[in-house]
Amino acid sequence: MSGGARKLRAAREGGQQAPYAPRDLHGRGTDKKEGWFARLWLNYKKNKAIYWMALPVVLYFLVFKYMPMYGAIIAFKDYTVGKGIWGSEWVGLQHFRDFFESYYFWRILKNTLLLSFYQLLFGFPAPILLALLLNELRHELFKRTVQTVSYIPHFISIVVICGMVVDFSARGGLFNTIITFFGGQDSALLSDPSNFRTIYTASSIWQELGFSTIIYLAALSGINPELYDASRVDGASRLRQVWHITLPGIMPMIVILLILRIGGLMEIGFEKIILLYNPNVYDTADVISTFVYRKGISEGSEFSYTTAVGLFQSVVNFILLLGANRLSKALSDNKLF
Amino acid sequence: MQIKRTAGEKLFDGFNVLVMVLLIVVTLYPLWHVLNASLSDSSRLMAHSGLLLWPDGFNIDSYKLVLSNPSILSGYRNTILIVVLGTALNLLFTILGAYTLSRKTFMLRNPIMLAIVFTMFFNGGIIPSYLLINNTLHMGNNLLALIVPGLVSSYNLIIMRTAFQEISESLLESARIDGAGEMRILWRIVVPLSMPVIAVMILFYGVAHWNSWFGAILYIRDRDLYPLQLVLREILIQNSTDSMTTGAAMGDREAIGESVKYATVMVATLPILFIYPFLQKYFVKGVMIGAIKE
Repeated sequence: MSGGARKLRAAREGGQQAPYAPRDLHGRGTDKKEGWFARLWLNYKKNKAIYWMALPVVLYFLVFKYMPMYGAIIAFKDYTVGKGIWGSEWVGLQHFRDFFESYYFWRILKNTLLLSFYQLLFGFPAPILLALLLNELRHELFKRTVQTVSYIPHFISIVVICGMVVDFSARGGLFNTIITFFGGQDSALLSDPSNFRTIYTASSIWQELGFSTIIYLAALSGINPELYDASRVDGASRLRQVWHITLPGIMPMIVILLILRIGGLMEIGFEKIILLYNPNVYDTADVISTFVYRKGISEGSEFSYTTAVGLFQSVVNFILLLGANRLSKALSDNKLF
Repeated sequence: MQIKRTAGEKLFDGFNVLVMVLLIVVTLYPLWHVLNASLSDSSRLMAHSGLLLWPDGFNIDSYKLVLSNPSILSGYRNTILIVVLGTALNLLFTILGAYTLSRKTFMLRNPIMLAIVFTMFFNGGIIPSYLLINNTLHMGNNLLALIVPGLVSSYNLIIMRTAFQEISESLLESARIDGAGEMRILWRIVVPLSMPVIAVMILFYGVAHWNSWFGAILYIRDRDLYPLQLVLREILIQNSTDSMTTGAAMGDREAIGESVKYATVMVATLPILFIYPFLQKYFVKGVMIGAIKE
């Protein structure tokens, strides 16, 4: 059959047969499973180019996202590089038990959750508040200037930000200059475990506050201005407008971002911690992901054990995300999926 | 509509402006401080205490040291290579993925999309990825290890797919009737119509490559292959300015090292700060496209 005839036939088959009710040669409906593959084959013949164009991307996700998920089974094995993933011996939940019973478990769990919690408590409402305040500014040029300036830190690399924080926190650094001005002591701030969470949270807010407002400002611009006009006619004050129009207007966005935040509670950005911490402050700074990195790659090579720890983190995260999504679905109509 | 403000409202407006001015100061001062420190005379900087509103003395020696440092220069070279090559490949893959996943006739569209979204919320963890890239694929100590594992960002793919879906279906259909193949339709019609979102993607991917350092810690061992951020980490965080202060008297070393650090920050950040005002609106646009469909 020539290429042209094949194309014609494919077009006829694709055109005549309803794609959702495939039939065999005698016009009888085929069984459901076979039908799916038959339809897929037809669909492939009709859209060959699309399938081949999608292939590289599908391969990328299979290799770099799904292969590591398969690789994570070494959490239940005693992995050695020589024996490989499949050849290593099964040990069941041994690594999880070791982790839960270890001295580190409570420390890194507590640190992870506390750092996340502070980020959530202070870092989450801050951009909402700033967006509301920006929205109340009357002078357009001034508003744009504030926005432009507040986005800048987002684009500075985390290495540079942490370099500045390390420098400012040293004895005689900028932070100490300010602290001594208010009558405090000059000290090496990053060597004291009790400061770590404050420095971490404050510097994150400093960097991301402005940029995080964009998404809320986008939501704010979608609110119908007639609502404000109508409420003004009714004599509502600006505070009441914020409460009854502005906040409800951006509430769906707030809820969705909150769900995502809760789904990431166990996943604290470890790049920044690795740059800021030192063994003196492990008591408050060491989190699950930094622990995994140290024991698995930088200082040790306990691959199976650290994979188990990482898997514990991923699974808890996923459960938190589903839980938050379901809770939000129950309480309001807002949901992520 | 001009409405007379009440006293309370005037008070609030004044307070609001004050808060914003404070925000500007808090955001800009640290950068201003670093700029001034980098331009200050190193020995006077050591003795200086308090805020630095202007450079204390004036000296650009530290910039000369930084800009003649071989590590910084090779770091710049490697980073530029990663940004250019990486972003180009990112774009190619993201465009292919976004286009095919935006075609309604593609039967596997939804299952693949679901599988991709799933990876945004669940992953195998850093150790299995490390073993895959380092031991199985043998990409260690190769700049490709900083590019290939991050070829497609699911988030960016979704943004681009959303933009592609907004292109009129009848336009593509008429091209198809005229005999254009999918590749032709994609590169001749869809891509030219989507330049704004592609600009956003170039920025998102480009800045991410410019700023990334952690992949290099995991996979790069030769100093010649260090990207800029890894060199910066040595200088700023691990405090190794020795290579740039050799030759100076012992007592001066610390002082020079300190201003070298500040100059390093400026050298690494200025390129971004210079192009930032021109690109800002694209970033904002990107976040907004992402916000509409989530």
